[in-house]
Amino acid sequence: MSMVEEPLYPIAVLIDELKNDDIQLRLNSIRRLSTIARALGEDRTRKELIPFLSENNDDDDEVLLAMAEELGVFIPYVGGVEHAHVLLPPLETLCTVEETCVRDKAVESLCRIGSQMRENDLVDWFIPLVKRLAAGEWFTARVSACGLFHIAYPSASEMLKTELRSIYSQLCQEDMPMVRRSAASNLGKFAATVESAYLKADIMQIFEDLTQDDQDSVRLLVVEGCPTLGKLLKPQDCVAHILPVIVNFSQDKSWRVRYMVANQLYELCDAVGPEPTRTDLVPAYVWLLRDNEAEVRIAAAGKVTKFCRILSPELAILQILPCVKELSSDSSQHVRSALASVIMGMAPVLGKDATIEQLLPIFLSLLKDEFPDVRLNIISKLDQVNQVIGIDLLSQSLLPAIVELAEDRHWRVRLAIIEYIPLLASQLGVGFFDDKLGALCMQWLQDKVYSIRDAAANNLKRLAEEFGPDWAMQHIIPQVLEMVNNSNYLYRMTILRAISLLAPVMGLEITCSKLLPVVINASKDRVPNIKFNVAKVLLSLVPIVDQSVVEKTIRPCLVELGEDPDVDVRYFANEGLQSIHHVMISS
Amino acid sequence: MKNGGAEAAVAWVGGTQPLEWKFSQVFGERTAGEEVQEVDIISAIEFDRTGDHLATGDRGGRVVLFERTDTHHVGHRRDLEKMDHPINRHPEFRYKTEFQSHEPEFDYLKSLEIEEKINKIRWCQSANGSLFLLSTNDKTIKFWKVQEKKVKNVCDTNVNSTKAMGNGPIVGSSISTTSKQYIANGGCTNNDFSFPTGGFPSLHLPVVTSHESNLMARCRRIYAHAHDYHINSISNNSDGETFISADDLRINLWNLEISNQSFNIVDVKPANMEDLTEVITSAEFHPTHCNTLAYSSSKGSIRLIDMRQSALCDTHSKLFEEQEAPSSRSFFTEIIASISDIKFAKDGRHMLSRDYMTLKLWDINMDSGPVATFQVHEYLRPKLCDLYENDSIFDKFECCLSGDGLRVATGSYSNLFRVFGCSEGSTEATTLESSKNPMRRQGQMPSRPSRSLGSLSGVVRGVKGADNSGVDTNGNTFDFTTKLLHLAWHPTENSLACAASNSLYMYYA
Repeated sequence: MSMVEEPLYPIAVLIDELKNDDIQLRLNSIRRLSTIARALGEDRTRKELIPFLSENNDDDDEVLLAMAEELGVFIPYVGGVEHAHVLLPPLETLCTVEETCVRDKAVESLCRIGSQMRENDLVDWFIPLVKRLAAGEWFTARVSACGLFHIAYPSASEMLKTELRSIYSQLCQEDMPMVRRSAASNLGKFAATVESAYLKADIMQIFEDLTQDDQDSVRLLVVEGCPTLGKLLKPQDCVAHILPVIVNFSQDKSWRVRYMVANQLYELCDAVGPEPTRTDLVPAYVWLLRDNEAEVRIAAAGKVTKFCRILSPELAILQILPCVKELSSDSSQHVRSALASVIMGMAPVLGKDATIEQLLPIFLSLLKDEFPDVRLNIISKLDQVNQVIGIDLLSQSLLPAIVELAEDRHWRVRLAIIEYIPLLASQLGVGFFDDKLGALCMQWLQDKVYSIRDAAANNLKRLAEEFGPDWAMQHIIPQVLEMVNNSNYLYRMTILRAISLLAPVMGLEITCSKLLPVVINASKDRVPNIKFNVAKVLLSLVPIVDQSVVEKTIRPCLVELGEDPDVDVRYFANEGLQSIHHVMISS
Repeated sequence: MKNGGAEAAVAWVGGTQPLEWKFSQVFGERTAGEEVQEVDIISAIEFDRTGDHLATGDRGGRVVLFERTDTHHVGHRRDLEKMDHPINRHPEFRYKTEFQSHEPEFDYLKSLEIEEKINKIRWCQSANGSLFLLSTNDKTIKFWKVQEKKVKNVCDTNVNSTKAMGNGPIVGSSISTTSKQYIANGGCTNNDFSFPTGGFPSLHLPVVTSHESNLMARCRRIYAHAHDYHINSISNNSDGETFISADDLRINLWNLEISNQSFNIVDVKPANMEDLTEVITSAEFHPTHCNTLAYSSSKGSIRLIDMRQSALCDTHSKLFEEQEAPSSRSFFTEIIASISDIKFAKDGRHMLSRDYMTLKLWDINMDSGPVATFQVHEYLRPKLCDLYENDSIFDKFECCLSGDGLRVATGSYSNLFRVFGCSEGSTEATTLESSKNPMRRQGQMPSRPSRSLGSLSGVVRGVKGADNSGVDTNGNTFDFTTKLLHLAWHPTENSLACAASNSLYMYYA
């Protein structure tokens, strides 16, 4: 206190807390590092704060992570780009810590700073840093180094570039799989900065070495990088270098590698061009769709629409569609489920005729699947089919599927189908809905499970929004109001909930004439839970109705409830009265 | 070796000289008449990959670390491995640190007590001078980091520090509220202060002095709630990022960095638990092939799994088992066939398994039968009934291989352990006692050519006569209460660490 004048006190505390024993306070201070820097000034930030932070490397990971992030945007506080290099040392230490997320963040910040640094500063400071990390004693430093080459490389001299390329290739041959993994996953970024001559020579050599790695985890990452790398190459080079590799990978012994290929394959089609796609990639993809391992088929099935979009419709019908047909009766429910979630997207690709002829039978069989997720996935994408073939063709099989899902014994399945009802309603139209689905929506209001009843009430609101108040007046309100006399108080409570949701949609007149009397009536229920819910609902109706109605109907009812023997009812009634009071005053 | 002359000669012909084991060190030695606390009993031993560190876990949930002292610079592991050690040197260790890894817990849902006992310890890749290891009890695996932490002394703060320190928590709390208000009003400060270009000269950074450092163990991750049954093994993958944990019926695959999900890769649980005939007893990853792992079962088989083939590896790629000759089958056949431990040799080509009676060495390219069988407990065969009565027959002895793969070792009763030579033609079979005088029992136990299947009952009788001092009230020579279950071979040297109850004995040859 003696040294700091009063207005500076908060900042003084902030600085002191950089070294507080409480991690939360240290974290707060680090998060406000920019404020500290501004209080110290640029010069002292460079000379004191940054070296101070450099030594602060054995703190808890949370603090280090925050520090790595803050330093990434610290250039303005050290005096601009010409001083940016002073930020490198603390980040360099952070690149060597054991915790992966801290290292990743430090690398990210270094890249951000490096991409703003002046070219000669990069040569003087950044490139030596990359080289130091790449030669680090512990693998952690070498792992981090791999992510920095693409920043360092462009500004390096010819000689340095050669050196950097050779260092990178050494990192790819490291003993430690962690380093090779990092090198493999950063190869695409680095390759994007390398001149095309070296791309074909050096980078492709590295790439080929990595594809032979005996660690599955390394090869997986190579597959992931294939599309990026492929896009950098000319199509003929891509065909020469990447295509054989990916085709090979599609028959790799490890299912995890094939799984990756199945996920990535469609991205490569553009890079290699249409002809190699037809001759090589389509057969590879067909293999994957028929893979022994269900996980691979799941991945492949999930990409079937994306893949077909790239192909010509003929090719898709000729090659892919037969596989899709097989997958629709796959032994694994997860494969069928993955297929069901994307197969609707194939309709626009194939066109109307092929869809009706080929795809429709598959839809229908999936709609009858024994596994509810499969059916749900089809129903959730119904709008896409509607655009192509119209709903009429589907509706016959659709209804039994919906009814069955609506009565599924797993409440989560019932919940899922309720969520799709408004979508279905909009697609199927009022007529169809009235006939078949209206009863279901009422039935859910009396479900055994609260979440379903709650969702059912919400569903009614969304339907009323979709079809308008007039329709709702005819098809929803009477049935709902009828249920308010149900003998089970839980169901009566659901109706109150539905009323409070429907009222805003139905508008003033219907609310006053139809809904409000029912609510008022319910205030004489024998169950206290109903009564205090009445108090809550009444309150929600206040904004909708006229002030006179509030005075004439709502307030007296609340007053009466306020004298109820039950303490909870009294509480909510008084709450209601108070807020009505506030609303009146403010309006 | 008094009686060893002839045997040594035989071994010499075979190509390898039997090792002469000498006592090196003991940690936690029992004094005469000292009662052993249950919690102090060692339940796991593991050397790290370099052999510079040794970890033990005990029934009290503690992990104790030891570090090697006879090498000058522990830091440069690469150089160390290349360096030839002078012959007269042998590994010596000193206590490094210890920490409480697991605490007793209670599973309220299942009304089950969860013991804190450490079942297994596995070392992970070290980095930046910090040590990393996994430890597990029956249910929960924990990832530990042990590092030197500087003891910080903050001085010269902006706000009067002596006062703050003197008043301790009170001032601390007032500061924290101030700072919270301050942070809550963070937006206002920019208006409150106009920062001069040179900053405020009166402010300065706290000065930190540190004189000494402390070893600190921090639990970095907890991998929990993935096992319905008791975890018997954990094993690291050569990829450095994944590990497996095995319980009686399932094996799960984890990523070291992700503690909230694991993948089930082996599930032997039958649809109906009444059909259960076989449980998993131990599992280990191949030392170099990232996709290969082996697990052993209570029926005496070892299954090799190729994780590349399928996500759920219910079908093995290779099965190793040896059926007992029908003539010698008895009520105990299945019980004694149960494998208590398997270990891969460093070369990845061989596997060692331990069942109640034998050690078996397998070649993973030969699934017709073991390449060698070493009789460890054959002399107990007449006593199986007694052993069944007192539950000893279910004791789980571990086994280990030397770094060069030339020898194997396993524990026995009466704090004895046995070392066998397994190179071609070797007849080395040494029995040692876990005490300061390991060769004391030499000659008392049958040290016979390992591949002999002759009856040993005569020899056992001989032992009874020879050893008076160790006879207990029942007249049994072998004390079933003092069993040496856990032992580990140094990865590069002929050095063994053995757990005899609460004491850790180190031997070298």
